[in-house]
Amino acid sequence: MESVNELLTISPIVIIGFAGLFVMMLDAFTGNARWSFYASLFFCLAALAGAVQNVLGPTGTSFYSLVYYGGTASFGAVLVLTGTLFSLCLSKDYLEQTGNHIAEVYSLVLFAAFGMLLLVQANHMIVLFLGIESMSIALYALAGLLRDQKKSVEAALKYFLLGAFSTGFLLYGIALLYGSTGSLALPEIAEASDKGVMYWAGVGLLFTGFFFKVSAVPFHMWTPDVYQGSPTTVTAFMATASKSAAFVAFILVLSRALPDTSQQWQEVLWIFAVFTMVIGNLLALVQENIKRMLAYSSIAHAGYIMVGLAATSGAAYSAVLYYLFAYTLMNVGAFGVVAYYECHKNCDFTEIKNYAGLGFKKPIMGILMSVFLFSMVGIPPFAGFIGKYRVFAAAIDEGLISLVIIGVLASAISVYYYLSVLVYLYMKEDETGMVMKRPSTLYSLALIILALLTIYFGVHPGLLTDFLGSFYSVTW
Amino acid sequence: MLEQYIPIFILIALAVLIAVAFIILSYLLGPARPNKPKLGPYESGMDPIGQAKERYSVGFYIIAMEFIVFDLEVVFIYPWAVRYQEFGPGTLWAMVLFITILLLGLVYTLKKGSFKWDMLPGSPAK
Repeated sequence: MESVNELLTISPIVIIGFAGLFVMMLDAFTGNARWSFYASLFFCLAALAGAVQNVLGPTGTSFYSLVYYGGTASFGAVLVLTGTLFSLCLSKDYLEQTGNHIAEVYSLVLFAAFGMLLLVQANHMIVLFLGIESMSIALYALAGLLRDQKKSVEAALKYFLLGAFSTGFLLYGIALLYGSTGSLALPEIAEASDKGVMYWAGVGLLFTGFFFKVSAVPFHMWTPDVYQGSPTTVTAFMATASKSAAFVAFILVLSRALPDTSQQWQEVLWIFAVFTMVIGNLLALVQENIKRMLAYSSIAHAGYIMVGLAATSGAAYSAVLYYLFAYTLMNVGAFGVVAYYECHKNCDFTEIKNYAGLGFKKPIMGILMSVFLFSMVGIPPFAGFIGKYRVFAAAIDEGLISLVIIGVLASAISVYYYLSVLVYLYMKEDETGMVMKRPSTLYSLALIILALLTIYFGVHPGLLTDFLGSFYSVTW
Repeated sequence: MLEQYIPIFILIALAVLIAVAFIILSYLLGPARPNKPKLGPYESGMDPIGQAKERYSVGFYIIAMEFIVFDLEVVFIYPWAVRYQEFGPGTLWAMVLFITILLLGLVYTLKKGSFKWDMLPGSPAK
């Protein structure tokens, strides 16, 4: 009975890991990608149920305190699985229409999600590393999915080389931390007294590894190429689930392994947050390809989130979790609408200029895109606004006034490039006169649910914010 | 702390010194009478027929991947089997799970036709 209870604490990990193998075998024996799709949807829902159950339950550690469950970790699992579930819903139609519907996508997505779940629930540096590696290796393969397209191969190779390099940094950081503190378990690293040069070198290398995974400037170079080269629904998965997982793991490492030296690393995060916000937003201004634009916008979002991390208070961490939730909803949604437009083959709908007049042709898709983009700008009453507001408010409470001013100014820049998409959608005339397809029920349902959630958590955020705040009130 | 590494540094320095000294000495003292076959890649072998940057059949890489399955099994099973008495029977199930997962990977590549070597060059695996 005891071991069953232990297994329940990692139920999402077990379910998704099993699902990956099951879907792989399903593909090997039937070769039918549709079955793989439905099976992975089912397992994803089951894992989401398990994660929600863990999030509502108590916090603690299990498996010889290798795994941390409940609270932030299990909410991270919910974030990852939400991103996975919705991008899976969109994947089937998109991949079928673009002629890339192979069943390996689903097993690779599930293996990547398995790594992310391991990453968010890690209470031990080796588990953390295992999670990052199994996530990354699956993502490298996913980036190169369209292997007959040059851009996709380029994306996969760049991602692989830079990712392998950054993993080296991360591992070296872990090794140095072990050398200076004598432990790999997160709470024991915090208890160690010796904070010498080796400790700081380890922390620096660990931060480098994390900055790469969350694509903070100047470790962002791979992001636009990879997001552009991968199939759009896979990009949605990468941009949301892997980023949420990396940020949640970052929060857990900061708050559980390095809390007593926060004065020092706070300044590092401060500087990186400024660069990430400013450079991400400035580079997004000049993009003509919508996937590259969204990639730079996701870099900018990473910057806002890092403002929250730099604040290092419980309120800031819970605000970051809220932001990640809003970010997942609106980013999967925006990439989903782009993927819908891309299903039309005779025109390249990754170029923003080709969006002229589409808003009136398919009114519902236009409205959905507007909702997601307005939410990304941070305009009320959408979830993105509440996320940004809470992160900045928490940073002001901690006295980071100048950082917040830079953040708000950078966010003001972002209005231009988000709204320019809407200008094309609604204020330009369509000259091609092409007929738009009807999206399938599941596809439009997923997008509408995302939009409704974006609005709901913007109008009525109290329930979730109180709940997230409770993670940091008791044990803090 | 670093003092204990001094012998290693001395060893490294000596090794580099001796290697460099031998290269310089053989350059200075050794007779050099080059001719064409002597300078070829294989002095007493065949003449090279082209660059090494050829494209190899992807089948070789798949075989390499399959090798990794067995390789990993050996790497983990061997130390485990040696210490099995101390580890106890619970670890048997962990090992069964591990081997099953690796086996599924092998089954997958088999089903995808990794051992079908009779296919024409360039044709996709069926």
